[in-house]
Amino acid sequence: MQANDPNIKWIEEPKLGLAGKMYLPLFVQGLTTTTKHLLGPKVTVSYPDVRPTIGNPLIYRGVHRLNKDEQGRVKCVACFLCATACPAHCIDIVGVESPWPDREKYPESFTIDELRCIFCGMCEEACPVDAIELTSLFDLTGRSREEMIFDKEKLLSVYDQTKDAEPMKSKALGGTV
Amino acid sequence: MDWEPLMQPLILPLVKIALLIFIMMTAAAYLVLLERWIAAWVQDRKGPNRVGIPLTKIRMFGLGQPLADGLKFIFKEEYTPAHVEKVLYTLAPLSIMAAALAVFAVVPIGDVLPVELPGTSGPIQLIVAPGIDVGMIYIFALSSIAVYGVILGGWSSNNKYGFLGALRSSAQLIAYEIPLGLGILGVVLAAGSLRLDAIIFAQAETGLWNVFAQPLGFSVFVIAAFAEAARLPFDLPEAEQELIGGYHTEYAGMKLLLFLIAEFLHMVVAAFLIVILFLGGWHFWGMTVDPSEPIGWPMAIARIAILAIKVLLVIVFFMMVRWSWPRFRFDQLMNLAWKVMLPLGLVNLVALTIAYEYEYVNQLTGTTRGLWIMIALGWAVALVSWVLAAVFSPLHTDNRPRRDVTEAPEYEPEAVRELLASGTPNASANSR
Repeated sequence: MQANDPNIKWIEEPKLGLAGKMYLPLFVQGLTTTTKHLLGPKVTVSYPDVRPTIGNPLIYRGVHRLNKDEQGRVKCVACFLCATACPAHCIDIVGVESPWPDREKYPESFTIDELRCIFCGMCEEACPVDAIELTSLFDLTGRSREEMIFDKEKLLSVYDQTKDAEPMKSKALGGTV
Repeated sequence: MDWEPLMQPLILPLVKIALLIFIMMTAAAYLVLLERWIAAWVQDRKGPNRVGIPLTKIRMFGLGQPLADGLKFIFKEEYTPAHVEKVLYTLAPLSIMAAALAVFAVVPIGDVLPVELPGTSGPIQLIVAPGIDVGMIYIFALSSIAVYGVILGGWSSNNKYGFLGALRSSAQLIAYEIPLGLGILGVVLAAGSLRLDAIIFAQAETGLWNVFAQPLGFSVFVIAAFAEAARLPFDLPEAEQELIGGYHTEYAGMKLLLFLIAEFLHMVVAAFLIVILFLGGWHFWGMTVDPSEPIGWPMAIARIAILAIKVLLVIVFFMMVRWSWPRFRFDQLMNLAWKVMLPLGLVNLVALTIAYEYEYVNQLTGTTRGLWIMIALGWAVALVSWVLAAVFSPLHTDNRPRRDVTEAPEYEPEAVRELLASGTPNASANSR
């Protein structure tokens, strides 16, 4: 496209007034803005001395957990919807026949590779029984790659850690509890 | 050995030079920290606040950061690219650093210290080379040599970004030396001397800082000083976003550090000059100023402190400006230098010349009436000429190519389509 193409619509810049031409309003504006920010409140925190506040922990996408039901059993029914939805292919489930009468299958093993996970939250959205959820734990560290592959026990223990601070999603939030 | 005759010509200057270099290097290191703090605060961040005393947990608000920064630079690999002009490449940071430090030889860092050393006469003057009558010219000469460092660095790097940065720098520094000089001329006219300490005394005696009598000269000088120090909004020689750092693109390790320190020293010199020439130097109202009267310790220290605080405030202003206004485009920079700053500087000089002549003829020099006439005239000239400059040479903001200069050929889609259809793909629409 050339500069004189008839399809280009050239817009005239608004004319500067006398004050604008004198550059003084710009001078004052710029300096007041920076001074305000210089003295104003800061948005960063001295992590790890101060923990950052997370807006709404219920919708934050941190480390996964596997929820338990009232009887302390894993809620997962091994339907593989989360593993199918996962774009990073980081969920590995081995489903076997359930010993309990209320469902057909349950996961014998349920592992998530936290290093492959991209924390998109699609597993949580896919889950029909709200068994897998993302918590607000964000400082995930480990000393080896193996340590970062979370198995079923680890994921259930994350639930025990966070169940008081972050209750399972209620019906109001679209959950099934 | 009898060392008393050596005191005045050799030992005292050497001690002063050693102290000055130590102070300036430390100041430059801490100014980097201040710059990072102000950058962080303006951007709503906390800034460096971790490094304190090494090997302990004491943090001291990050005051140990300069040490960490310096160590990092020293331990970096001293890498020299294969395609550079080795001699000039090494010479460039050395020359710019030497020039930046040598400027401080004539800059007073206070007034005097009331100490009589054996072999010297009178109190110690807080200036490395006291009594140089051409102090201003010396500063000008050395700050021009700094351009050599920039050009050598950019040229010897054998790198397009470096070269463009050097070219921009030379054009910019040469253009802004003229308004800088015109701003200084007004002050020199008022003080009747090129010595920086004499200029301070002239302001201290009347109590009328030059900024009040010559607001126009002050604005011209400050703007030109920003450009000379290559600080935003005039940092085109090293615009990171456009030139990857400009003339020091190819530098690493200690050589880069020398460039960066020299840049900070340019800013410090600019701040010193603004304070000394226009903001009264070490003078503050309520201070007794009588050159014949010996000054005591409290007064000596007060003068050093007042000068230091003023310089620091100006430097903070420099750093705030960096985040307040966007960078000028190069044509805007040149427009500002030649079409606004140069005429304003000339107007200032002419008005001052007339005013001083009037004062002299009517024997008003030193009287209160004379002072008021000077102030009123200074502000009237500043206002009128600023408005005139704004009306007749406004900031050129339009990004489009100027139609009157570059008239694009008529665009005829039909003709192009015919050409393409006729099966001569090599013929372009413009070569008909």
